[in-house]
Amino acid sequence: MLHTVNKSPFQNTALESCLRFTQSGDCILLLEDGVYGAVSGTAQSALVEGALAKKVKVYALGADMKARALKETIKGVEITDYAGFVDLVAANRVHSWL
Amino acid sequence: MSEESKKKIMFTVRKPPHGSIYVYEGLEVKLIMAAYDADISVVFMDDGVYALKAGQDTKELGIKGFEATYGVLVDYEIQKVFVDRQSMEARGLTEEDLLVIGEDEDTEEPIRPKMVDASEIASMMAEQHNILSF
Repeated sequence: MLHTVNKSPFQNTALESCLRFTQSGDCILLLEDGVYGAVSGTAQSALVEGALAKKVKVYALGADMKARALKETIKGVEITDYAGFVDLVAANRVHSWL
Repeated sequence: MSEESKKKIMFTVRKPPHGSIYVYEGLEVKLIMAAYDADISVVFMDDGVYALKAGQDTKELGIKGFEATYGVLVDYEIQKVFVDRQSMEARGLTEEDLLVIGEDEDTEEPIRPKMVDASEIASMMAEQHNILSF
């Protein structure tokens, strides 16, 4: 399963909810405002850290990170590009946590 | 069409009713998809559980509302309707608060959405061909 989250964890509980329904072996792609969840040292970093600890693969879309000047990513989060986004969608069932 | 060859499509509803058109539009899409003989399941979670609260009166809002339509989901062959237990509990809701989605053909007992845990929903998600979120 691929879960996509495009909302900031500071504004919306989409990421938190997504994590409740994520199983080991699933992956999460953070994109648009969702990439704020991938930043280390924030009040919401524990969400993604918890997912990684559960053996959930977490990706963040590099274009959205760069656009927001975000560089400090949580260790274990993989930065991907649009081609990687397409590969993830092609390889998985997708649920968008809009 | 046999059960195995049917397309498994899940709808997730995470938005509250009436504040936006999502829940209403989602319901329309479910009924359309059901007409195509797909294996439909619907899961209500987060604020989406409020869409299932019985006794919604939208008259003063000047809109039709959809409680009556939810009341015939079973007649439209949409029987797999689930609600996330934790989202219900977080909002102080219990099974008795839920609206009726149809009645049992034999016993005429009312059928309500089924409360399930997140892990059960996650397993169902993994079995779908498609998942549409509203």
